Amino acid sequence: MQPLIHLRDLVKEYRRGTERLRVLDGLSLEIGEGEFVALMGPSGSGKSTLLNLLGGLDRMTSGELTIGGLAIGELPDAALARWRADHVGFVFQMYNLLPVLTAEANVELPLLLSDLPAAERRRRARAALTLVGLEDRLSHRPRELSGGQEQRVGIARAIVSDPTLLLCDEPTGDLDRKSGDEILDLLQELNRQHGKTILMVTHDPRAAARATRQLHLDKGVLHAEVR
Amino acid sequence: MANHTVRQILAVTALNLRNIPARLDSSLVAVVGIAGVVGVLVALLSISEGFKATVSQKGRDDAVIIIRGGSGNELSSALAKDQVQVITDAPGLARIDGEALASPELFTILDLPTRREGASGPASNVPFRGVGPHAAQIRRAFRIIDGRMLSAGHDEVIVGKAAATQFYGLEVGRQIIAGSRRWSIVGIFSDDGSVSESEVWADRWVLAGAYRRGTTVQSVHAKLESKATLGQLKRSLAGDPRVDISVLTEREFLAEQSKILVTIIRTLGFTIALLMGAGAVFAAVNTMYSAVAARTREIATLRAIGFGGTPVLVSVLVEALALGLLGGVLGGAAAYAAFNGYQTSTLNFATFSQVSFAFRVTPGLLVTGVVYALLLGLVGGLLPGWRAAHMPVTEGLRAT
Ligand SMILES: Nc1ncnc2c1ncn2[C@@H]1O[C@H](COP(=O)(O)OP(=O)(O)OP(=O)(O)O)[C@@H](O)[C@H]1O
Ligand SMILES: [Mg+2]
Repeated sequence: MQPLIHLRDLVKEYRRGTERLRVLDGLSLEIGEGEFVALMGPSGSGKSTLLNLLGGLDRMTSGELTIGGLAIGELPDAALARWRADHVGFVFQMYNLLPVLTAEANVELPLLLSDLPAAERRRRARAALTLVGLEDRLSHRPRELSGGQEQRVGIARAIVSDPTLLLCDEPTGDLDRKSGDEILDLLQELNRQHGKTILMVTHDPRAAARATRQLHLDKGVLHAEVR
Repeated sequence: MANHTVRQILAVTALNLRNIPARLDSSLVAVVGIAGVVGVLVALLSISEGFKATVSQKGRDDAVIIIRGGSGNELSSALAKDQVQVITDAPGLARIDGEALASPELFTILDLPTRREGASGPASNVPFRGVGPHAAQIRRAFRIIDGRMLSAGHDEVIVGKAAATQFYGLEVGRQIIAGSRRWSIVGIFSDDGSVSESEVWADRWVLAGAYRRGTTVQSVHAKLESKATLGQLKRSLAGDPRVDISVLTEREFLAEQSKILVTIIRTLGFTIALLMGAGAVFAAVNTMYSAVAARTREIATLRAIGFGGTPVLVSVLVEALALGLLGGVLGGAAAYAAFNGYQTSTLNFATFSQVSFAFRVTPGLLVTGVVYALLLGLVGGLLPGWRAAHMPVTEGLRAT
């Protein structure tokens, strides 16, 4: 069976004036459906850059990148945005919830990009919040929630439209040990019970140990892949 | 697809507007800037509106002013005695005992100081009109409000109400010196706010004598039998080889008279509004840039989720338009409160004489002001909106 994510000789360079900075230097990688992959590496090694490329937020300089058989690098901007809406759920280190919206409205946001009627959107947003254990916090605003709760809302928002792929950039980086563990429990459950494919950037080996597979990125090159 | 876009636009715009209270200060700068521009624009245009209204609003269709063909105004017109005869004999005019309700009139200028400046103040031009015996009946609502009417053949004048208020020394019982004669002021008249109220009147023959005008007049003011007989009068005079004249209804004539000043004021108003507008646009651009900067991460998050660039652009434009609208309404309201009804006088550029009028802030002007404000907002929002929509998502996500 074809892997969900296929990378070959992926290069990403940033240009700053005439200077060119090569951040990803010819990565090749395959990730199958249902995997939970932890991506580790020192600061500045290009982890976020890789995640952003896989999520269609940025464009690679050269190489091959297909997700679900689709070469997303060739999609024009508008189509790429649509593709993100349909296939990717992002979980951010700082949660990135919209402060003026309630938890429910935050989670409902991605569904505004679908054709679902309002009632169904609300039903799904509540289901997602229930799944992350926040069914009693629907009308709370982000600043009325703890960091761990905010991140759960972030995860609910990422899964509400049932994406192919969950991309988490240091999802526990800003949380204390206990809240972080709860988030990891949740991600693990999403992977095991709901078959979500997850790629998670983390600095924490304990967090990485929850994954089914670990990757190490250093100076733009993938190293020792631990299974 | 279109449905998506509309829903996205609504969602992002609603989010954006809900964010405004968090950035009230910088929003207020833009609002006040735009309000200032609109206030000035509306105030300036209200001058021309007021002037236009005073000069032409009440112009009648059953009164005519007849001047030499191609003259455009009374000052440059001249009609000889036999031409006046042809005019007063023409069909279509109202008559009493067979005599046409027509007043051959001539026109010169008095130099008088304003009341505010006092006796020794600099002189302004006041129209000094010689009128025929029917002049009062031809005017709209002529009424002596103090003293008495002119008596024919005497060195007497009556003074319009507005002129009496505006200028120094125009009181019943006093005298003015003009055309090397002494004229006694015998009455003050009103005429329902028309331009006549800004004039001083004398008997046409006496004035012609004092200014050596002979039998030539500048215009014939006349009353039509009815609105419907205008065509008859025009045809008759147009077909007569002895005269080359234009027949204008009072409404047409007054509108014509106000054109020059109205054009000048409007040009001035729009020029100033344009210059000030440039300043207000800078303020708006600034405000919107800081609004976009404050929302960088939020916008990037929406884009990451899959929202398009267009809704982001539209949301910024809508916010800018909302600020513009607020500024426009405030500026218009301020201009209305400060200037509507404000009484003043100005030089009538057609006759080079003073005309009293009140500023008028009309609904049309307020609409003009608000439309201009929206335009300023829109222009102010374009660049920041464009930047917001095209900001790289990855960089936006890193913003704090
Ligand atoms: N937009 C950009 N322009 C220029 N250089 C960039 C840009 N984004 C990232 N970089 C550079 O690319 C390199 C990798 O950045 P990246 O954010 O992927 O690192 P990271 O592995 O996620 O680090 P961390 O663990 O600190 O989050 C860094 O040296 C960074 O400075
Ligand atoms: Mg990173």
